[in-house]
This record gives sequence, C-alpha cells and structure tokens, in this order.
Amino acid sequence: MSLFTEFPKMGRTDLRDFKKGIDESFRDFTFNYGEAIETFFDPLLFFLVWLEKLFLNTPWPIIIVIIAVLVYFGSRSIKLTIGAVLAFLVIGYLDMWDDTMATLAIISVATIVCISVGIPIGILMARSERTQTLITPILDVMQTIPSFVYLIPVVMLLGIGKVPGLLAVCIYAIPPIVRLTNLGIRLVDKDVMEASEAFGASYRQKLLGVQIPLALPNIFAGVNQTIMMALSMVVIASMIGVKGLGVPVLRAISNQYLALGVMNGLAIVVLAILFDRVSQKIGKRLQAHTESTK
Amino acid sequence: MMSDVKVAIKNLYKIFGNNPSTMIDKVKDGISKSDLLENHGHVLGLDDVNLEVKESQLQVVMGLSGSGKSTLIRHINRLIEPTLGEILVDGDDILSMSVSELREFRRRKASMVFQTFGLLPHRKVIENISYGLTIQGVTKQEAFERSAQWIESVGLNGFENHYPAQLSGGMQQRVGLARALATDADILLMDEAFSALDPLIRSDMQDVLLALQHKLHKTIIFITHDLDEALKLGDNIAILRDGAVIQSGSAEDIILKPADDYVTDFIKDINKARVLKVSAVMANTDTIMGPEIQETTIIEDALQTVSKSGSNGAIVMKNGEKVGTVSLTDMILAIARSSKNTDSDTVYR
Repeated sequence: MSLFTEFPKMGRTDLRDFKKGIDESFRDFTFNYGEAIETFFDPLLFFLVWLEKLFLNTPWPIIIVIIAVLVYFGSRSIKLTIGAVLAFLVIGYLDMWDDTMATLAIISVATIVCISVGIPIGILMARSERTQTLITPILDVMQTIPSFVYLIPVVMLLGIGKVPGLLAVCIYAIPPIVRLTNLGIRLVDKDVMEASEAFGASYRQKLLGVQIPLALPNIFAGVNQTIMMALSMVVIASMIGVKGLGVPVLRAISNQYLALGVMNGLAIVVLAILFDRVSQKIGKRLQAHTESTK
Repeated sequence: MMSDVKVAIKNLYKIFGNNPSTMIDKVKDGISKSDLLENHGHVLGLDDVNLEVKESQLQVVMGLSGSGKSTLIRHINRLIEPTLGEILVDGDDILSMSVSELREFRRRKASMVFQTFGLLPHRKVIENISYGLTIQGVTKQEAFERSAQWIESVGLNGFENHYPAQLSGGMQQRVGLARALATDADILLMDEAFSALDPLIRSDMQDVLLALQHKLHKTIIFITHDLDEALKLGDNIAILRDGAVIQSGSAEDIILKPADDYVTDFIKDINKARVLKVSAVMANTDTIMGPEIQETTIIEDALQTVSKSGSNGAIVMKNGEKVGTVSLTDMILAIARSSKNTDSDTVYR
C-alpha cells in the first residue's frame, strides 16, 4: 500500500554516498588537473588583464573619441554617435568610468572567445545532421541551466577570479552564435548551393564563397545576441571576482543602496543599447545586396 | 557516326526511396509508377532512358512536371546519382569519375543554367558571370576580362556592377546564361532555363540562345515543359513521360508522326504553321504555278506569300533549283490536321 502513498526513494545513506562520490571524484579531478587547466587559460587571462589595463590607462578623452569613431563607422549615424558620447560623459561624471571600462574589457574578450569558438562549431553543425543532433541538447542545457549551478564546478576548478568569470559568461553567451551560424548556413538558398555545386566548387569554395557570405546577416544576429547575453551575465560574473559594473550592483543589493544599483544597472543598459544598435546597423548593411534600387 | 555522339545515356534508371536497388528488378519487369509508389513506397524517377546527343546539337527534353526531365539533366553532371545505367560524355564514363575528376568535369566540360537562376545574390553581375572561372582558379582580373565579352554577347552592357536583385527576371537569366558560357564548357545544360520568364521575355531569350548557338555550336541539352519552346529551339526533341522517353525525333517527326495519344494530346494546340516547313508537304505536280519559295520556309510564311500572289500554290526551291511544288490545300490540310490517323503518312512523306 505504501507504494501508492509514498514515492519509492533511494535510501538516505545511499543517496548521500552517491552525491559524496560525485563530489569527491570531481574534487580529485580538480586536485589533479586544476592547475593544468588554469595554465591552459593563462593566455586568456593575460589578454583580459592587458585589455583592461589598456582601457583604464588610456586617457578618457581618447577613449571617448575612439568610441565615437567606432560607433560612427559601425552605424553611419550621427545621432547614435552623439548619443554614445553623451552617455559615456554622463557615466564618467557619475564616477562609473573605471567599472564601465572593466566591463567593456570582459565583454570584448568574451565576445571574441564566443565568436572564435562558436562560429566553427556552428559550421560543423551545419555540415552534418549528426553533429547537429549531438550539439543541440548541449546548447539547450547551457542556455537553460541556472547560472549558479555551473558556477559551482567552475569555481571548484579554477577558483575565484577573472578567468572563471569569463568562462561563466561564455558558457551562457555562446549558444546564440552557434545556433545562428548553423541556422544561417542551413537557410542558404538550395538553388544557389546547387549552382555552386554544378560549377564544380569544392567544400571550401562553397563554404567561403557562398555559405558564409549568405549566412552573414544571421551570423551577425548571433553576434548581437551573444553580446547582449554576455552583458546580462555581468552581475553574476562579479559574484566570482570579475571587476566591473556588476560589483557595485551586488553591493547595492546587499546594502539596499537604491541609487547605486539603479545607476550602475542603467550603465549596463546603455552599453547594451549601444552594442545592439551598432551591430544591428552593421548587420543591415550586410544585407544591402538584397535591396533593389529600382 | 558514333564519333559525333557527345553525350550518351544508356539504360538509365533512377528510383527514389529508402532502398532503390531492391526495386530495380520490379521496375525492369514493368511495374507502373503508381504501383511502385503505393505498394513499395518508392518513386520512379527515370525508367530505362536511352538518349544520344550529337555534338553541336541542341537537344530538347520535354515533359510535364513530374516526368523526370529535371532529374534526367542532373544525371549528366551527376548532381543526382543514378540507380542503374551508364552516362558517357565523349566516351568517358561519368559515373566512374572520382570526386576530383567530377569536379574538374563540372568546372570545364559541362556548365548549367537553372530555372531559378541560382545567382549569387551577394555578388555583382560581373562577379557572377566570372564565378565559374574563379572556381577554376583563374585570377580575378583574368576572369573579369574573359567575362567582359559574354556581358556583351548576352546584352548586359552597363549592368556589370549591379546586384542580381536589381535586375528583372529576364536580365537575371542573361547573367545565368553568360555565367554558363564563360567557362567555355562544350556542354550546356539548361534546366527549364526560360520557364520562369514571361512570354515576351522568354521569346527574346530563345532568340538570344539561338543566335549564340549559331556562333558557338555547343552541345546543349535543354529541358522544357513548353512544346512551342521545344519546337522552336530543338534540333532534336525527346519527350519524357513518367520517367521514360516515349518519342525522340525532329520537330517535324513529332508533329507529323506522334508516337502515341499522349504526344498527340501534347501537340494538339500547337501552331503547326509555324513549325512545319514546306518540304514536309511538298509534292511534284505540274498543275501548280506560283511564286518560288525556299524549301525551308515555314508554312505560315508560305501561306502569306501564296495568298498574296493569288495562285494555287508555290514552286519549292532548293539551292536555286526547283525541287517540287506545294499546293495551297495541302498546306492548309497540314496545319489543320488534328488527330493522329486521319491521313496516311504518304501525303506528308
């Protein structure tokens, strides 16, 4: 009878031993390989620190000029450029300059990592059905699992610091670029692919000459999404020692500092909007050939 | 005569489905297309196709949708693998080619024009036309130089730097045609190349193709569902139905001696006056007096000439000599004939 009223459970001690077993084996793994893995990520750490220092040590007027130039050439919009300059002036005036630069550095590095890892994975996925069925569930897990859950093993493995923070950001932010690269390549017009095939194009010629260029708008949408998701991870990453706008937000949460939280939160929003507008404009320009001038 | 056969297709079968090779015997035993689909879940694409395309000829393959014509043309450059059969181009077996040999074949020997154009939307007209050349590994500059003459000959002057989306359908297909010609391949595969164009443009493009062929003498395999187009273009026409060739011959053969009711149905609405030449209805009687016309004049033009002159027929000439006569009534009879067996073939020789 009790079978119907009570769910058949694993024994209490068994369950405890089971969990303990997993924890201990992972701890052993960390003990044995943690250092090696840390060394593996050293170049990344070096690059991140270098970029952060570069952003922080460059005089602010130069940074603002560079941002204005980049925004203008990305968007070709005077309005957006003026908006960006004003936003950064306000950010500096409200004493958030250093944190903003630190965030900018980690977002830039995370985006570079995501693009250079994500696009090749997306290409592989588009190439075969099997890799697609293999990788899709992994991406689903990466996107849906609560960030705190994978922070545990990451911190166990690499401790607290910039690299684990960067890793956490990348785990969360990489799925869109992978998915949209895959999708973009798969959506390339079959007739165009057939024509390319009929003219004797090799796999490489098809990939570089037809698939990637035609998938670019989608790939760019992926880059845009990746940047947005990386920005949204800033606060969580600061929990494990990443400097930036997330730190004051965390402080504001634990001390109920309303103004501090809102200000830094809005600074993240400003960065997000700028990245989004500029990258969307670039994406649109990539599709210029689809518009007829007649 | 074997030597001038450019493309030979021998006993070609294509069955679509999960396990085509197990179905081949059933198909050889003559199972019907619908039976194969309903009871065995396989689709019969091509059924024992034999076709010889002679060098420098324009071979038309005609059939309605689902007849397997697009499947057939894709076998020639092996975009589709056959279930069984042989395809020889210049005596070389296409099916035994390795991946790199096949690539080389597609790059240099046979180029293709598509119904949906298949242009690269992100490349300009000149880049599209030189696409085949860049695939061959020709430098960009040389490819552009060699493509320039084709821009001229298909009438795209001034459009070099446009993107395909900025051109009309007819202009886009000119790009497609120039792209195929630019590789200097001997064989041109045209898959319903003009079917997506509206009638006037289509007629224009047919003229462009005929004019080019007059100069270039390529071996062209042209797929169409339009009989008028087939009759206008084809040196030889093969009619495909349910994956099998049911008749193959010249335009006149098909009109005057349709192989079965299916073909008869096909040619029912055709303007025969525009296809048949006076030689097809020529006789030799002394009672006919009238203007002199060439043997190759189509009946439509001959009727004009004869009725203007008010005579009862015309004298047929070839190389400046009289070879026979043609009467007004015979010509009218020829274009009015609508069913297969009304007259004996002797009248029309």
